[in-house]
Amino acid sequence: MKYLPFVFRNLFRKKTRTILTVGSIAVALFLFGLLVTIERSLNAGVDVAGVDRLIVRNKISLIMPLPLAYQERLRQIDHVSEATYASWFGAIYQEPKNFFPQFAIDTETYRTVFPEFEISEEEWQAFLADQAGAVVGRVTAERFGWEVGDRIPLQGTFLSGTWEFNLRAIYEGSRPGDDESQFWFHAKFLDESRNWGKGTVGWYTVKIDDADHAVAVSKAVDERFGNSAYETSTETEQAFAAGFAKQIGNIRMLILSIGAVVLFTLLLVTGNTMAMAVRERVPELGVLKTLGFGDRTVLFLVLAESLVIATFGGALGVLLAKLFTLGGDPTGGFLPVFYLSTGEMIFGIVIAIVVGLVAGSIPALTAMNLRIVDALRRV
Amino acid sequence: MVSIDGKEHHNSLVRVRNLSKLYRRGGETINVLQGLNLDVEKGEFVAFMGPSGSGKTTLLNLLGGLDTPTSGTVTVDGDEITNMSGRNLASWRARHVGFIFQMYNLIPVLTAFQNIELPLLLTKLSKAQRRQHVETALTLVGLGDRMKHYPRQLSGGQEQRVAIARAIVTDPTFLLCDEPTGDLDRKAAEEILDLLTELESNHGKTILMVTHDPLAAERADMTLHLDKGALVEAAS
Repeated sequence: MKYLPFVFRNLFRKKTRTILTVGSIAVALFLFGLLVTIERSLNAGVDVAGVDRLIVRNKISLIMPLPLAYQERLRQIDHVSEATYASWFGAIYQEPKNFFPQFAIDTETYRTVFPEFEISEEEWQAFLADQAGAVVGRVTAERFGWEVGDRIPLQGTFLSGTWEFNLRAIYEGSRPGDDESQFWFHAKFLDESRNWGKGTVGWYTVKIDDADHAVAVSKAVDERFGNSAYETSTETEQAFAAGFAKQIGNIRMLILSIGAVVLFTLLLVTGNTMAMAVRERVPELGVLKTLGFGDRTVLFLVLAESLVIATFGGALGVLLAKLFTLGGDPTGGFLPVFYLSTGEMIFGIVIAIVVGLVAGSIPALTAMNLRIVDALRRV
Repeated sequence: MVSIDGKEHHNSLVRVRNLSKLYRRGGETINVLQGLNLDVEKGEFVAFMGPSGSGKTTLLNLLGGLDTPTSGTVTVDGDEITNMSGRNLASWRARHVGFIFQMYNLIPVLTAFQNIELPLLLTKLSKAQRRQHVETALTLVGLGDRMKHYPRQLSGGQEQRVAIARAIVTDPTFLLCDEPTGDLDRKAAEEILDLLTELESNHGKTILMVTHDPLAAERADMTLHLDKGALVEAAS
């Protein structure tokens, strides 16, 4: 600790250079924070998907329906503890850019299968009692300034006309990463209001008693409905979510590539700064050694400078990214789970520290191995 | 008493025996020091003179453990430094040697106080104890009112005073001065020499000084000339 003032004095020897380097690291880590947030958002469904839940959809395509009658038959399959269903609605609120997922749900079973969504019992009962009632996630409610009791008009797309709902409840996810952007309403309301597709649902979500039975149950389900007019394709919710995310491309690979380029650039920037700092101070390093500072102490002093620059820049960048994500989804609904977790913030700072160590190591070793007589000759 | 005959002297603080240093430059071998002997007792002030390239600074570097000889030994206060590891040599320097350079070699981003405090960071002294030592050293060199000044805010003479304070703050066994007045005007040089003389006479410091300046050499108890890699007694 007693060397810290000396380290800081050296850092502010060339203020502009230090500030620019810290700024470069901050920008890089800000970018890193955003990339991680986007990646998490795109894969949010995968991360929080239940391993004990299966998605049963029409084998031809997700947009093809399944009969409502399948619910009871699904419940009869071994290891299935509950089966619920939902249908995609796809309406818009005021303008097409106001996108958020809307599902017509089976109100009797949905909460049993998705216990992670928390709703006050009072609000849930009010929803059940109102055929035109709706439940919305906290994020979407905040986005549009909706409150319980509001009347929400949605403009249908594939189901034409204006659909009006009474907002009866607002749910919250119990885990970070839970999707709080959904809009639910009664499947019966949809069924009674539409002229076609009556008696069908979009897909089923099946809860099984043990995740180890996922493969066997998936097979049993698809066999049960094989050779019927509505053949099924069943997979775990996690595999389903991953497949959904993959439709946008290999986001993780893309993010890793960009991240690697950013980190490599960071290494060059920080390494160059430290190399210049050491080159300019060779005689001073010689003086320090003359005074009795050991080679390792000199190594530590140079590394400490590199670490301070990298840690400060990294923390600043991560903090800026956090502040940015606090503003919520900037895309208007495409990234519903838009937040930077504490773990990811710490990871970002650790990356910055590692960059500082690696970038500072060569200049620090140069300083350590400097011969005093050679260094003093450069005065 | 200063001696260059290589005979045993029991009271020697600094004892140099058969010290040689060769440099290879290109294909050529240069014998800078050749079989040099020296004995210096505690509290003596010795000046080394000689033409450029005669090996004065090389000798000082070897005495201060900044460089290693090709052959021979340097023993200071019973410690033979020529066989010490780099790590031990660094801590030995911190405890036993005070260096004063021609160009002062202060750290520009540190105040006078912080420059003087630097060698004390290597000790186990508390912050308060370090402060006390620094203030004492600054007062001794007559710069008690300049402790918050940066080197650029000081004159050459004042900078050298700060460098002297830095050299004596750990109360080292001896001081090694490499042309301490070489970059100063006459008046400032005289003040620095007064200070060095005072350190020797009033505080019992052993001082080994390399200089080109005959007036500076006059302040020493003895002046030795380096000629063709060997020491020659000049005056006392």
